[in-house]
Amino acid sequence: MDKIWNNKAWFLVLPMLVLVAFSAVIPLMTVVNYSVQDTFGNNVFFWAGTEWFEELLHSDRFWEAMVRNLIFSFIILAIEVPLGIFIALNMPKKGWGVPVCLVLMALPLLIPWNVVGTIWQVFGRNDIGLLGYYVNALGFNYNYVQDPFDAWVTVIVMDVWHWTSLVVLLCYAGLVSIPDAFYQAAKIDGASRWAVFRYIQLPKMQRVLLIAVLLRFMDSFMIYTEPFVVTGGGPGNSTTFLSIDLVKTALGQFDLGPAAAMSLVYFLIILLLSWVFYTVMTNYDAER
Amino acid sequence: MARIEVNHIRHSYLPNPQKDSDFALKEVHHTFEDGGAYALLGPSGCGKTTLLNIISGLLHPSHGKLLFNGRDVTRLSTQERNIAQVFQFPVIYDTMTVYDNLAFPLRNRRVPEADVDRKVRETLDMIDLASMANRKARRLTADQKQKISLGRGLVRSDVNAILFDEPLTVIDPHMKWVLRSQLKQLHRRFGYTMVYVTHDQTEALTFADRVVVMYDGEIVQIGTPAELFERPRHTFVGYFIGSPGMNVLPVALEGRTAKLGAQRIELPGVPKAEAGAVELGIRPEYVRLGREGMAVQVSKVEDVGRHKVVRANLEGREIAAVIGEDDEVPAEPKVRFDPAGINIYADSWRVEMGA
Repeated sequence: MDKIWNNKAWFLVLPMLVLVAFSAVIPLMTVVNYSVQDTFGNNVFFWAGTEWFEELLHSDRFWEAMVRNLIFSFIILAIEVPLGIFIALNMPKKGWGVPVCLVLMALPLLIPWNVVGTIWQVFGRNDIGLLGYYVNALGFNYNYVQDPFDAWVTVIVMDVWHWTSLVVLLCYAGLVSIPDAFYQAAKIDGASRWAVFRYIQLPKMQRVLLIAVLLRFMDSFMIYTEPFVVTGGGPGNSTTFLSIDLVKTALGQFDLGPAAAMSLVYFLIILLLSWVFYTVMTNYDAER
Repeated sequence: MARIEVNHIRHSYLPNPQKDSDFALKEVHHTFEDGGAYALLGPSGCGKTTLLNIISGLLHPSHGKLLFNGRDVTRLSTQERNIAQVFQFPVIYDTMTVYDNLAFPLRNRRVPEADVDRKVRETLDMIDLASMANRKARRLTADQKQKISLGRGLVRSDVNAILFDEPLTVIDPHMKWVLRSQLKQLHRRFGYTMVYVTHDQTEALTFADRVVVMYDGEIVQIGTPAELFERPRHTFVGYFIGSPGMNVLPVALEGRTAKLGAQRIELPGVPKAEAGAVELGIRPEYVRLGREGMAVQVSKVEDVGRHKVVRANLEGREIAAVIGEDDEVPAEPKVRFDPAGINIYADSWRVEMGA
């Protein structure tokens, strides 16, 4: 058979390439452009080379934000995953309670993120906020504007309120897919409640849980809107996570070069995590 | 092992059952003898699985009592009843190995590990999975998984009964045969009380000493395979067992004869039928096709291998007859009913013949 060798097939992928170029590659290259130069505006640029990257990697401020962000992600995962599983296990499996629970669970997920921030910003205030006022009235000295610990508690509780539902819904979907016969067989086999969870429910939820953990980790690692609205990254820098720090650098201080370098490093970290996510998922599927 | 008495049990899935039709089980009263191999046979939705789940304690009956060896267990949980049950579709614990799957019911009951090991290895040999003991259970094929389910049912030696809920549905035909004979062997060796639910008559007839035929929430007949074949107590049993099922023809009685249209059929005795719609039942195996008797029009001949099934029209009624593989249908076919195979039914229930 005669094969015709030519490159005409490239035209078929061209529209996609153009789209990706405009939506991703060109903006990204602009950032790369900024990251290796210095500018004071007016389109005047000075070559800076790797200076901004070196500065960034030796900057305490960057590493502190990074550590803060990792601690934050770890804490919210440690709360949201077990809590989500617990709620999902206790949700009704049939009857009128199912739609009620599902709607209640979905509500926080439907609220725009800055509105979530605003809700908690007001809710936690100790002059007019329901939560802040009563917690203080009960004798606790709670003030998220001044106390870093209180600020952290507020941001974490807010994230738990906002995102536990996602874990719940994913786990619930895993749970309802378990046929009745499994529970019946477990009864026949004399399995305890714990054994049913450990050997039937948890394995069936494993896949969705993996997705839940990775999604929540990525989301919390990139969190910006909610803590920005509530605390603005303060008091001091106590709730300044990576993305807040980035926006402060770029727009607050107008340090475009360092901000661009930071964006790229941040981007590479997310890319690395996505790759880990993808690899874990595909390996997991292959193993099944 | 235990004798299981099902004492006037009724069950409804509705909260307030009123009519008879609200009940999934209308009324079942029967004793499963210790060490018996029973098959519960019936069409889908006749209440077989409901009865099974009531015996195992997965369901609690609306009315009636359940006794194991004379002890009332109606309100006891599945665990306290000590029953093994195998389900229609394989249930395996994904994360465990084949070995651990089988050990699971024993370990849950705190059996010493040495005994667990002995029992599990025995069972593994029985279900022919010894070579896969350390494989993850989820990697196995459907029939291997179902063997694990069977194995978990068989691994405990002290159970009161082993219940099977259509366990061979997912298994390949040739494997079905092997597993069924293995079960039968186990039954002979250990004398377990076994109840086997199925809607497949071959399965029921080959597995069980006694077959319990259920229809519409009731037991219509309990008997040996031969009894079910020769003397179906209800026309349903006639239809349901046998391939093709029994011919059931509406007739009028006149002493020792039954009138079917213009034909008169000699009966083996005088049926003790009082009132109601009278029907004559005869299995295709007892319909003799030849040159004498009642004239029929043959509509179709089906060659099913070892024999042929002749579909014919007798006085406007469809009947089936079985003839030998090498027999030919005569030019002017006529049928005769062998008196040994004739049963008379009044309102669908069989009536006895008098002298």
